[in-house]
Amino acid sequence: MSLVLIQLLNGLQSGLLIFLAASGLTLVFGILGVINLSHGSFYMLGAYLALTFTGIFGDVFLALALGIPLAFLGGFLIEFLFIRHLYNRDHLQQVLLTFALILVFNEFQQVVWGSYPHSIPAPSYLADSVRLTEGLSYPVYRLALMAICLALALSMVLVIQKTRVGRLIRAAESNREMVEALGFDSRMIFRLVFAAGTALAATAGMLAAPIESAYPGVGDRVLIVSFVIVVIGGIGSIRGAFVGSLLIGLADAFGKVFIPQFSSIIIYALMALVLVVRPTGLFGRA
Amino acid sequence: MSTTNGDVLDARGLDTFYGASHILRGVNFRVGAGETVSLLGRNGMGKTTLLRTLMGLLKPKRGSIMFNGCDVTRSRASAIARAGMGFVPEGRGVFPNLTVEENLIFAERPGQGGRMDWTREAIYEIFPRLAERRKNWGNQLSGGEQQMLTIGRALLSNPRVVLIDEATEGLAPKVRDDIWSTLRIIAQKGVAVVVVDKNIDDLVDLAGRHVVLAKGEVLFEGTSKQLRTEWEFVSRMLGV
Repeated sequence: MSLVLIQLLNGLQSGLLIFLAASGLTLVFGILGVINLSHGSFYMLGAYLALTFTGIFGDVFLALALGIPLAFLGGFLIEFLFIRHLYNRDHLQQVLLTFALILVFNEFQQVVWGSYPHSIPAPSYLADSVRLTEGLSYPVYRLALMAICLALALSMVLVIQKTRVGRLIRAAESNREMVEALGFDSRMIFRLVFAAGTALAATAGMLAAPIESAYPGVGDRVLIVSFVIVVIGGIGSIRGAFVGSLLIGLADAFGKVFIPQFSSIIIYALMALVLVVRPTGLFGRA
Repeated sequence: MSTTNGDVLDARGLDTFYGASHILRGVNFRVGAGETVSLLGRNGMGKTTLLRTLMGLLKPKRGSIMFNGCDVTRSRASAIARAGMGFVPEGRGVFPNLTVEENLIFAERPGQGGRMDWTREAIYEIFPRLAERRKNWGNQLSGGEQQMLTIGRALLSNPRVVLIDEATEGLAPKVRDDIWSTLRIIAQKGVAVVVVDKNIDDLVDLAGRHVVLAKGEVLFEGTSKQLRTEWEFVSRMLGV
């Protein structure tokens, strides 16, 4: 029983965390139409930013306060320098350029931080565990992380559904030309969306750093799993990314315990199943 | 602020290409302040291309476009829209994932000198159907409702000129009548209208001036009276 409970918590926690990265990817893919292979690199750079800033400020949350705006700014710049040239090009060119970005970021990471893994401490006030049942305790940091991810997911939905910026983003997703013809510069909307996607991936990397530490290639699996989630949830759908992330998180957590021999393929099997039943994803539009 | 001859929109010598195909060939097109102009021609003769070029969605290879006395030939569509040009595209361009109300709020903006002739309430008054459906998504609307929404949305930016492509295409006769009477109201309020449609009789009633495009060139330009006098020639151009 306590095994089920702990895997439930683990699944929810990793699902909520990966949601941040996957929602960024689905926004960029759905609205800009760009397949961004370098999305995992932003997660990795987030983890390393957490390492550096936690070293300076002594607290991963202070690292976040500086790291998130920095990641946003970085995304803004990368869109301006590279990504905007991809909008009217085919997917092969998008894949080539964003793959090149992966190589650049990997090299950058090697030069700045080296190839040894680094652990990042959770804040001291969240370093304990809470007793959930007899013989089962759970790290407070992981619970806090779940709450933060939930709050971020909720505010993302609110921004997209209720605000002017959200309306612009939804409109640009369905008809970029009409957005222009109504007097809005769609270039700026796209730049902001890409920057937000970058910041989301980096935020996930920073929040995860005290759990999984910072090491080269820490974002690789995140990229692949995020793509799986985008396919399951439906391209461009935040709600789809949320449901998909929780499904993947739980399937992975329970798969590891109950069918360990298949655990490495279970999320892909889930994706294949969704593709057969609903080719546009759970919340995707045809 | 208009051009010296009183035109709000004045395009000269437009050459526009779609890839390698040369669509507009030296087109001159002007619209006076508050004037209603019809744009006629068979399918594929360049009407939509002309509207899209005026709106800034296509860049002409040669020629110039003056709008409100400013050269907008190289301007982005968004800048031209903010300068006071409204656009109702062929196929309507309703945002399917926004509600009716959101589609309208989206475009709301004061016009030149802070004019707010058109408000959401005013739009709901001329299109009560939209008021009833304000909570519905764009993709839940009938063709007629979509057209009302796009026209309303274009007006909410309080434009000086509205370009309307295929104003009544695919609409039921009753809805068409509604659209025509709305266009009359718009014209009475002093907004210039450029309208493309297949119903020539309605256009002759509505517009004071008519321009016929054939193979990307202006072959006729004149008042409703002149159109009737030269009907034989024009009807050959239009294939009616």
